[in-house]
Amino acid sequence: MTHPHQELLRCRNLGRRYAGVPALADIELSVRAGEVLAIVGENGAGKSTLLKILSGVIPPSNGSMQIADADGVLRSVQLQSVRDATRAGIALVHQELNLAENLDIAGSIFLGREPARLGFLDLHAMRANASKWLARVGLNLDPTTPCDALAIAQRQLVEVAKALSCEARILILDEPTSSLSAREADRLLEIMADLRNQGKAVIFVSHHLDEVLRIADRVMVLRDGQCTGILERGTYDRDSIERLMVGRSIETNQPRPVRQDAAVRLRVTELVGAHHRKQPISFAVRAGEIVGLAGLVGAGRTEVLEAIAAITPHHGHVELDGAPLSGNTAARVRRGVAIVPEDRARNGIFAAGHVSMNMSLAWIDRNSRARTVNTAAERAIVSQMMDRMQLRPAEPSRLVHTLSGGNQQKSVIGRWMAIGPALLLLDEPTRGVDVSARAEIHAEIRRLADSGSSVLFASSELEEVLMLADRVIVMHDGGIAGELTAHEATEVAIMHLATGGEPAPARPRGTAHEHGSEYGTSS
Amino acid sequence: MKKSLGILGIFLAVCVVASVFGQNFLTGYNLMNLTQRTSLFAIISLGAGLVIITGGIDLSIGSVVCLAGITTPWLLVEHGWSPWVVIPVVLIGSALIGLFHGVLITRLRLQPFLVTLCGLLLYRGVARWMTSDQSQGFQGEFAGVRSIALAKFPIPGLDTYQLPATVIPLIVLSVAIAVFLHRTVWGRWLLATGRNESAARYSGVPTAWLITMAYVACSLLAGVGGMLFIFDIGSAQPSDFGNFYELYAIAAAVLGGCSLRGGEASVFGIVIGAATLQVLRTAIILLGLSSQLEFAVIGAVLLIGVTTDELIRRYSVRRSERKIA
Repeated sequence: MTHPHQELLRCRNLGRRYAGVPALADIELSVRAGEVLAIVGENGAGKSTLLKILSGVIPPSNGSMQIADADGVLRSVQLQSVRDATRAGIALVHQELNLAENLDIAGSIFLGREPARLGFLDLHAMRANASKWLARVGLNLDPTTPCDALAIAQRQLVEVAKALSCEARILILDEPTSSLSAREADRLLEIMADLRNQGKAVIFVSHHLDEVLRIADRVMVLRDGQCTGILERGTYDRDSIERLMVGRSIETNQPRPVRQDAAVRLRVTELVGAHHRKQPISFAVRAGEIVGLAGLVGAGRTEVLEAIAAITPHHGHVELDGAPLSGNTAARVRRGVAIVPEDRARNGIFAAGHVSMNMSLAWIDRNSRARTVNTAAERAIVSQMMDRMQLRPAEPSRLVHTLSGGNQQKSVIGRWMAIGPALLLLDEPTRGVDVSARAEIHAEIRRLADSGSSVLFASSELEEVLMLADRVIVMHDGGIAGELTAHEATEVAIMHLATGGEPAPARPRGTAHEHGSEYGTSS
Repeated sequence: MKKSLGILGIFLAVCVVASVFGQNFLTGYNLMNLTQRTSLFAIISLGAGLVIITGGIDLSIGSVVCLAGITTPWLLVEHGWSPWVVIPVVLIGSALIGLFHGVLITRLRLQPFLVTLCGLLLYRGVARWMTSDQSQGFQGEFAGVRSIALAKFPIPGLDTYQLPATVIPLIVLSVAIAVFLHRTVWGRWLLATGRNESAARYSGVPTAWLITMAYVACSLLAGVGGMLFIFDIGSAQPSDFGNFYELYAIAAAVLGGCSLRGGEASVFGIVIGAATLQVLRTAIILLGLSSQLEFAVIGAVLLIGVTTDELIRRYSVRRSERKIA
């Protein structure tokens, strides 16, 4: 009974708060059959939250949703679970693929809904049905193929087939092309267009504006949890989207004297890390310089930092102060490399340990005589570092897991301050840290750089990149998309590079030109 | 030390029960025997403790005890080697077994449970095959070497109790390991690795090397123990010598405050834990209980000990959380 272009979903005043903090507010949205809606925004703009609400993973804190029933009449719904959403005709294709790897394709498509006869699996019906759905997404595979034998792109399409088999009218895809090659991504976009022509509504989140420009009928731009605009096809281009994504004005940092003459401290040549796209990366950092790695989630920033510290193996050449940097993490730390990891709880702190134990671990070996810990000196240095990092409360015997996030992070960074690292690598230096602690951490990082250390940090927050970095390296798709000095770096300029825009200062306008640029050239 | 109060309490309680209800518990002869057995078991338990600190486990301790213990008289008596050669050979061999475990666990990332379970089967099999499953003994000779384990020192004022010589290696090893753990850089690193291996690696700690060394130390101590055991008892069957000793060692370490999650240990606690298990074994016999009950009683006490420990831990966590809130 659904007509083409009939309204399938209507959201009113939709919002979501986490612990009182709004992650999403005042979302008004209407989705029609036979259209592709793209949702774009910076990291943390609220895209995932919106998708989770639409697909029943989390309930909204306020607002209402209406979904068209079989007769095309909009009815209010309250989605309590993914099951509810599926029943209402909404299916989510996950960003992390969660096919059961030990099942075959047919088994995973019908997982939990297996056709049965007298309690026995009706394998014949299941496989025949699976073949039908596979054909719809253009996959020419035997439904008995085990899922772990599939390439990532094929798994993604099986997920789409699974969603279609639930008779979904609204398909939601969360960064569907993020782990696909250019050709595979093209194929998926074609299939999404096909589905639109078959009368489905397709909603997708993407970090690639080229994809958005190519297939979206409408674009919804989110910023800081609010919708800053819904643009109809024909009324937008890359510039207008970027402006809506960024929007706010930000204080940039107090300029630090630029040290063009300082010696190169870190030189990275043709580095290939654990990132699945494996693009070689080359750059250098001078002594006293603070370089920010910007880019969207999954662009490969963490991989670069972890490769330099040998947390993960890498190919290519890394040089520190003119001498090759090799060996495992311990060997590199002895050379003066320090790393502050992204996942503080898992890789940063010793939760059940004292603050002093947490802060002294990185240098007790340098502070020992005949490998015996000098406890008096240890106490003195720890309290000095707690002072310097303004870590509160100033109790060295306090257990670290009882501290606030900001103070935990200070303990991890403070661990390295005592050795005056030649190179400090920070991955999300102030994630989950309150504003005042963030300012204190930034000040300490600047002070360290002033004393001649090199700092390389990765941050998802443009604000932080702009405030802290002397120079910004923007990553996209595992490679370097471009480099900006502190003067050139603006949110718009960074977003342009991070979403796959061309690095040339004179930006191409219009959509036709930009389609091909995304995947053909790798920077 | 605070961590060891619980096990000290259990130890004293078991001793009191044993001496009140078992008439012969407080005799010099019995206490001398207990000291001897405690020393030997505590030595292998210290090794188990070092591995447990890393969050790992060593199930092969009993088989290493057997292989080291059986090889010693086999080389001395059947092959006529000098004790000056046999002792270093056996100890180096034991250490190499640990190195083998450590390399498999840290380089190939195999699970410690699996690696040492295979070791458990492997080394006992080798010991039985090597000796054609024949009982090995010193046949009344080598009294000089055996006195390492058999010598007793008279204590002035006590007629029936003499201090067994095996307490000397125990004390030396305990002090060395305690100093290692709490005063050296390596000890700090080992404890940190047990608490959070990943965070230790990010801090520049050579975690793979430390974990390997923990397994080397564990097998070496099992080798030392095996040698002392065989010097003590004189002869043994390859098929049952050292059976279940890994479980005594792990139980002692856990009773002594080691968390199987890693990162926690007390040398004093481990020694008291080993002593508690030996007192329990003796008490079962002295109290006239069926000796078949031995494992059941030890299992029950271990369960009670671990449960109490967990409840206390939760209580103190709750209290500290309340203090913060």
